[in-house]
Amino acid sequence: MVGGVKIIKGVKILQKYLTRKIVVYLLTFFFAVTIDWAIPRFMPGNPINVLVSRFAALPESIKVMQSYFTQAFGLDRPLLEQYTSFWKALFRGDLGISIYLYPQPVLKVILEALPYTIAVLLPAIFVSFMVGNRLGAFVARKKRLDNTALPIFYTLTASPYFWFGILLAWFFGVVLKWFPIAGAYSYLLRRSFSWTFIKSFLYHWILPFSSLVLVMLGGWAIGMRNMIIYELEANYSRYLESCGASQKLIRKYSYRNAILPQVTGLAIQLGTAVAGTLTTEIVFSYPGIGYILMQGILNQDYFLIQGCFLFIVIGVLLANFIVDLFYLILDPRIRKTYTGEV
Amino acid sequence: MKRLIVLLLIALTIVAFAQTFDRSKTVFVGGGMWSPPSNWSPFTPWNAVTGTIGLVYETLFLYDPLTGKFEPWLAESGSWISDSVFQIKLRNGLTWQDGKPLTIDDVLFTFEIAKKHTGINYSPIWNWLERIVKVDERTLNFVFSDPRYHEWGQNLISIAIIPKHVWEGKTQDEILQSANEKPLGSGSYFVETWDSDRNVFKKNPNWWGIKLLGLDPKPERVVVVRILSNNVAIGMLMKGELDWSNFFLPGIPTLRKAYGVHTWYESAPYMLPANTTGIFLNVNKYPLSIPEFRRAMAFAIDTSKIVDRAFERMVTASNPVGIMPIPGFIKYYPEEVAKQFGFKYDPAMANKILDELGFKDVNKDGFREDPNGRPFKLTIQCPYGWTDWMVSIQSIAEDLRKVGLNVEPIYPDASKYNDDLFAGRFDIILNNYPTGVSSTVWSYFNAVFYPAAAESEYSYSGNFGKYKNPEVTELLDQMNRTPLTNEEGIKKVVAKLSEILLKELPFIPLWYNGAWFQASDAVWKAWPSEKNPYAWPISWGGHWQLGGIKVLFGIKSE
Repeated sequence: MVGGVKIIKGVKILQKYLTRKIVVYLLTFFFAVTIDWAIPRFMPGNPINVLVSRFAALPESIKVMQSYFTQAFGLDRPLLEQYTSFWKALFRGDLGISIYLYPQPVLKVILEALPYTIAVLLPAIFVSFMVGNRLGAFVARKKRLDNTALPIFYTLTASPYFWFGILLAWFFGVVLKWFPIAGAYSYLLRRSFSWTFIKSFLYHWILPFSSLVLVMLGGWAIGMRNMIIYELEANYSRYLESCGASQKLIRKYSYRNAILPQVTGLAIQLGTAVAGTLTTEIVFSYPGIGYILMQGILNQDYFLIQGCFLFIVIGVLLANFIVDLFYLILDPRIRKTYTGEV
Repeated sequence: MKRLIVLLLIALTIVAFAQTFDRSKTVFVGGGMWSPPSNWSPFTPWNAVTGTIGLVYETLFLYDPLTGKFEPWLAESGSWISDSVFQIKLRNGLTWQDGKPLTIDDVLFTFEIAKKHTGINYSPIWNWLERIVKVDERTLNFVFSDPRYHEWGQNLISIAIIPKHVWEGKTQDEILQSANEKPLGSGSYFVETWDSDRNVFKKNPNWWGIKLLGLDPKPERVVVVRILSNNVAIGMLMKGELDWSNFFLPGIPTLRKAYGVHTWYESAPYMLPANTTGIFLNVNKYPLSIPEFRRAMAFAIDTSKIVDRAFERMVTASNPVGIMPIPGFIKYYPEEVAKQFGFKYDPAMANKILDELGFKDVNKDGFREDPNGRPFKLTIQCPYGWTDWMVSIQSIAEDLRKVGLNVEPIYPDASKYNDDLFAGRFDIILNNYPTGVSSTVWSYFNAVFYPAAAESEYSYSGNFGKYKNPEVTELLDQMNRTPLTNEEGIKKVVAKLSEILLKELPFIPLWYNGAWFQASDAVWKAWPSEKNPYAWPISWGGHWQLGGIKVLFGIKSE
């Protein structure tokens, strides 16, 4: 009976906790999006200029284009009006029209490119997280293994990814000819739901995917190794040890504690990684959102930049929210604080 | 378990058979598409997928920079029947890709639509075109109030003829804001499919040219691939996965020798010229405002060093006027004027001019001060990341410092660079946007001197340093209104303009940036070259009409 009351009380506190979190997230969202709207507009230059610079035509034609597109994009209106119409459009799910990829809607551009990014990135992050943490935990405090593995991890994280990617592409793609070096699938295919296509897609996916796994692996492994060493030094480990607990058990407990900061790291990476495949895309000529965002910035495509960052903002906030929830499960201290058991 | 098997079986049956394109009938083209395909509209050629005009839509004429001649395309013939009337005869038997006939009404419509909708990029021709008269079912007379022969020539090779039955009744916004994802043209290829990293053109088996011209596009499919880095392009060329490349690639001698990569010339410069690259000088900024000062700079710059260092001899140094060595341009080259007023690399001469102007190093800091003893500093800029250009402006700054001018290279982002360029906010700027290959050398002089630039806030069409000279305006107008057949007349104007250019130098021409072209013989052979010069081998937007399309008629696969 007492337990039941406790749980109800706990749920109420949990509700309060979540409401507060959500309010904070909404506020963050509002400010982030406002900044997202403002920053591209403070960049020096004018997107229409960039656009017409790509068009070698007779001078008279260029003048016509300049004035038409300035009006069409509403860039001649007062800033406040541009800002309010931006929010209005946003609530309709309209992110505007891309200038760089005129006249495609920004939402469509992002939704076209995002699946490729996610297909490479999410598996790479999770695989590197899993494997890296396990490896790091495994080698910690094992002298010989540690001495050989650590330099490798450091080399992997520290090697410039651009260089590393080119090396991989060159060795496996051009020298050994095991893998293709460009495209998301064979240039001789069209997108279809077929085995040929799926095989071709995976075949083109392996190199970008594994290059990302390799570079990300080192960071997780090093982090985990250091955390485990720290945890093994902690009082509770010492106590367990003096009680005669097995090494395996002690390591199990240390791992549970050590994983917490890693999960926070994962959340941050998940959110921002949407745009983090830029180098992969360039090195392997792989489609994705990173290159589009970079071009958006270089071309001062206000709408495309806004759209991409909107997705990143949402990504970061969502990932953090999920981690907040995840912590409740993962870390009994938090859970018990909120259910009032402690 | 059973359920799983059932699901798998269903999945298996849904999975269709994929069609794989026949490699021996597919040509992979790269270097002309840098962004994901976003539109196929003939009205927004600035970011339509390359080939939209040329492969899908066609123009009345082609222009071949290799011969310097217009070639009738949709038109059977065209000529000035009087000073102010241009008559075209349309070919008989033209068809749209949907089988409907392409008639004189479509041509008429293409021009009339720009009269109605002033947002269309070629609508300003109606300021000097009075009316179009339909003479008969195959003949149109363009009656001009102010015949601008040279501009008209450019329009003939860049305006895409569009089908009336598709575009009729659309509003201006519908026309200009459409991605036109299913373009319907008259050309030899249509758009079959696309994805973020490619665009697939498929051969139009009923193309009118097969019968009327006896030309047969060899590739069944033209796949324009989006490649984001030179490394990938080189790797693909070496593996034979990229047939036709229009990238700026370093290391051409090695690529040729070790991998048999094909280029236009067998030895340096390997590439045809595509535009005149040089520096625009801000003529409103002291001391760049002194013509003699600008001339001294021209003498101080060693272009051969740039050709060697930045381009590994893939480009050639420009003549002092900057007129490209292509037949349509170079025939107007004013030898005498160039000899008399031209410049060449001669630092002693530069020093002499600067000394005479009174620019001396008074405070002994290694740099000259102005005649009043005040030190000054100039910057020269190009976009960050354009490595060949970055090396070039370093070299230029170095040369200028050698004659005592304090010049520093700076590398803003491309967008900042563009904005500075268009607004004239720079001291010295390296550029080549408006000075490309065209059907008339007028376009080069108009780019160098573009008169409207001096008055307007932004200029997109040249004369970025805002040089002002009413005489030049008059000469440009005069040239524009001199018929292309009157070569002597054009030559005289060119000589006068060249003289002004060499004396005033608001733009110092330095080298001809290349028409980068490398090809692989792995699948397709018989690529155009110096020895077999059947086509201008460039697949960039706007260049299909200059010969890119003809490459597809000439290559062969086994």
